[in-house]
Amino acid sequence: MIVCVAHNITSPLGMTSAENYSAVKAGLSKLRQYDGLWGLPEPFVASLIEREAFTDNRHTIVEQMAIHSVSKALENAGIDTTSEKVIFIISTTKGNVFLLDKREQGFPQERVRLGMMARQITEYFGNPNEPIVVSNACISGVCAQIEAMRYLEGGGYDAAVVVGVDVQSAFIVSGFQSLKALSPEQCKPFDANRRGLNLGDAAATVIYIRKDKVAENEWVACRGAIRNDANHISGPSRTGEGSYRALKATLGDIDPATIAFINAHGTATPYNDEMESVAIERAGLSSIPVNSLKGYYGHTMGAAGVLETVISMQAIDDNNILGTRGFDTLGVTHPLDITSCNRTTAKRAFIKLLSGFGGCNAALLMAKGGLQ
Amino acid sequence: MITHSVIITSDKVVVDGQTLPHKEQGSAMLTELYRSHVGDYPKFFKMDTLCKVGFLASELLLNAEGDRNFEPREDRAVILFNRSSSLQADTHYQSTIQEADNFYPSPAAFVYTLPNIVTGEIAIRNKFMGETSFMVIEDYDEQTIMQNLANAFQDPVTESVISGWCDCMDEEHFEAKLFLNNKLSNR
Repeated sequence: MIVCVAHNITSPLGMTSAENYSAVKAGLSKLRQYDGLWGLPEPFVASLIEREAFTDNRHTIVEQMAIHSVSKALENAGIDTTSEKVIFIISTTKGNVFLLDKREQGFPQERVRLGMMARQITEYFGNPNEPIVVSNACISGVCAQIEAMRYLEGGGYDAAVVVGVDVQSAFIVSGFQSLKALSPEQCKPFDANRRGLNLGDAAATVIYIRKDKVAENEWVACRGAIRNDANHISGPSRTGEGSYRALKATLGDIDPATIAFINAHGTATPYNDEMESVAIERAGLSSIPVNSLKGYYGHTMGAAGVLETVISMQAIDDNNILGTRGFDTLGVTHPLDITSCNRTTAKRAFIKLLSGFGGCNAALLMAKGGLQ
Repeated sequence: MITHSVIITSDKVVVDGQTLPHKEQGSAMLTELYRSHVGDYPKFFKMDTLCKVGFLASELLLNAEGDRNFEPREDRAVILFNRSSSLQADTHYQSTIQEADNFYPSPAAFVYTLPNIVTGEIAIRNKFMGETSFMVIEDYDEQTIMQNLANAFQDPVTESVISGWCDCMDEEHFEAKLFLNNKLSNR
């Protein structure tokens, strides 16, 4: 079985997993409006990290956040990253894309390539293997975990360090603005008055190993699946095709009653949330509580799949189903049980669901102590 | 087991080991290939260069396989690698926002600033509802690609995979090396 031995979140809400979880549990967020930042003509709402806290001038802010997150996760992991039996899998959509701006100086242009960015991270930790960067739009963080599971199942590696990272810049914000996808206020996932998404900075890490016997309190990455809508490169499928199929493949013959919640993508764009409601209903999972963490962090892109998995594991550790910050009145046509505030649970498993540009969708089933 | 292969570079096209004749080179060659081997998919002209190259390579690969019916299927995955991610599209989009007094961010350019749009384009064309994935490695490495391919069959639904390399440095320089792989003989 594939077991999570350590994790970290480095975000505007804190520099450790525990700090992040307690902030989210308390309903906090650093989402706020920025006006004139990076010379952008239009204001935007985002969750941004204090750039001043990262002072290593040999690494970009993106690399520093990833390195910080992995360092923190490694503290208690018992993993030797200099071993050739350890592989790094990096999840990012845009990496150091800000280096394309002609005004940016101080780093060689080659660092804009994701593979070169990834090498900064593995070199820092003395890892001898070539890092693999999963760049599958917004679902990258779940894909990277599925990739790690497969590498460990396939033999050849003892541990996989999965780190998701994306940092906002004029490139990304102006792009989402041009698509009219950003909300002018704090986002409202699944809500009747939702007006779009917010963007956010984050790095998050999970470290997986393969084990034959699993203790009751250990988190197991049970099964994941990636499926395509085969419909449109930038619009979700009206039938929720890919998310439905990913959910179905991930759930398999598991009794849905054992699932505490589905942590949805829930970006708060009109189309995404509607599509997820279709997919969840088609998969026969409408009775399971659903939450979204975008109201706390915004959309952290390549980090989202890892960050949201880590928060969800901690929620179950705390017998909690987190509320969906920003949600008030159901605004999707297929009825879902969206959690508006925290609830207790005794269940020990959850599904992480994501969807993204390119028509891709991914789901991951995590269970504490493994599947019963 | 590899059943078919296609190589497209800026001046060469090879299908199952046989060189495919063409008159043009670079971006003009891509249009020529579209007209002589596809012809019925005008969305092609909207695509960025990475998508054009990957799309054409997949068309030649699937034409070589034959019996194309475009029925929805979940058992075929598309898993590609490259070095430059979506750098050509990124550079193009950056040019629309570089100057403050000439700031016109283009949504049509922005949507291509992700490498996995090409796997999505191939899925849409063929109604492949299976796994699509894109990974970036700094150097072409057949062993990494083959290991990933073997790993992909851990998904029990996946019976065949379009895998390989699809890289685009700029509009005139690109390299695709795609394979169609079948599960049955692979195990």
